[in-house]
Amino acid sequence: METRELTCINCPMGCRITVKLDGDNILSVEGNTCKRGDTYARTEVTAPVRTVTTTIKVINGVQDRISCKTKSPVPKDKIFDVMEVINKVACEAPVKIGDILIENAADTGIPVLATKNVDKI
Amino acid sequence: MRADVVVIGGGPAGLAAAIGAAKEDKELNILILERDHELGGILNQCIHNGFGLHTFNEELTGPEYAARFENQLKDYNIDYLLDTMVLDIAQNKVTAVNSANGVFSVECGAIVLCMGCRERPRGALNIPGLRPAGVFTAGTAQRLVNIEGYMPGKEVVILGSGDIGLIMARRMTLEGAKVKAVCELMPYSGGLKRNIVQCLDDFDIPLLLSHTVIDIKGNERVTSVVIAEVDEHSKPKKGTEQEISCDTLLLSCGLLPENELSRAADVKINPATNGPVVNESFETSIPGVFACGNVLHVHDLVDYVSEESARAGKSAARYVKSGQKPDVNAIQIKAEKGVRYTVPSTVRINELEDDLIIRFRSTGVFKDSYIEVTIDGQQKIRRRKQIITPGEMEQVILKREDLNQDVNEITVAITEG
Repeated sequence: METRELTCINCPMGCRITVKLDGDNILSVEGNTCKRGDTYARTEVTAPVRTVTTTIKVINGVQDRISCKTKSPVPKDKIFDVMEVINKVACEAPVKIGDILIENAADTGIPVLATKNVDKI
Repeated sequence: MRADVVVIGGGPAGLAAAIGAAKEDKELNILILERDHELGGILNQCIHNGFGLHTFNEELTGPEYAARFENQLKDYNIDYLLDTMVLDIAQNKVTAVNSANGVFSVECGAIVLCMGCRERPRGALNIPGLRPAGVFTAGTAQRLVNIEGYMPGKEVVILGSGDIGLIMARRMTLEGAKVKAVCELMPYSGGLKRNIVQCLDDFDIPLLLSHTVIDIKGNERVTSVVIAEVDEHSKPKKGTEQEISCDTLLLSCGLLPENELSRAADVKINPATNGPVVNESFETSIPGVFACGNVLHVHDLVDYVSEESARAGKSAARYVKSGQKPDVNAIQIKAEKGVRYTVPSTVRINELEDDLIIRFRSTGVFKDSYIEVTIDGQQKIRRRKQIITPGEMEQVILKREDLNQDVNEITVAITEG
């Protein structure tokens, strides 16, 4: 049996939540003061995900970097793999918000999208 | 040059104010003056997501949020000038400068102040030590990394746990820097819980509460900082000093509304917010001059800035159409126990169209307490809150029908259980 300590992010209370689990099987969630804390804790211990937001190099653009994000959240342990891939590529201006810059970031199956318009120089 | 409404600043507040004014009257000639080379203001460098949950019901990044507003400028025929710095404002005139037109004036019917805020720099913090390169405000570092594409350093200590500091701890880590610690003078963080978890805990970055930087070392470049624990009077405790080797110190120690123009024009400033004193229409002490966004009071959510600025823009448009209103029967809104300030500070009942939204911040952390609002001594609202912190803006809404011409005073207070 494993015990995990979490801080709930739903409101400024920041309840300390204790989750007891056996493998992927959650045995108990304690310390939360509302239902939202329970839901948060269950997702966070079984499959934590995060959206990665960063920048990509732009060629021939009015600015040298363009901001981008993963289209949906990626598994938390893939964050640095996704960053490594993003930092290796460059895109060519013009780029529009929503353009796909990388099809499948670090085998997550999730694309990386531009979050800014950058015109050609 | 002439415009009906001049909006000073093209960030989130300026964009929403201009659109708000245009929505009120499509015929008005509206001009935004922006000193940077693009619109969007601070949103351009806030590439992280979490913007727009209230406004668009989705999580956008800063540049995406700004684009949603910029796209509307064309529809409403709103003009803007970039690379243009406003030098002076008067009741019906704005003086500005840019390299194409030189110094020029714009005659106008109303002005909306949307200059935003600035970070408190090292000089305002009195940190002892040497003056090497490598000390940046968190926002400067954010601009360098996210827009210019430069890394300010490799080993980082961050002073202040405001949201920008937390966001930059993650950003620097993602780009390969080692963030050794985030020090916070107060016994609590001023940042959103979500940011503490996703920016610090995710990457095992320690948050040292009740700690500050007491020395900066290094000749050419920062080589280390000395941190120490502080007592309840924020004084460093002897014997708790520890030296952390690093090449960069980022400062995230609060934001100051940028009111040089307002002060020069003798706009009355509220010492608690460092922003103009405004009434229910976001009008300052000078008739026809309105203020909204972070120049008015520092916000933690851009959605609130947009909503508030839209109302300020609408008020400016109405002022242009109907002219100055006599300042009769302005009710004072008093910030009482536990409340640092309220926005607005006064209400003219006959100018109030809808319910009255009062936003405020607390003076400290309150647990299991009540937000209490009275009208002429009579309790109107008593709302229980599990927690209230200075880091999260609170609001109360008073019903239009509860407010009439006979009201003299509204008070907002926080009382403990």
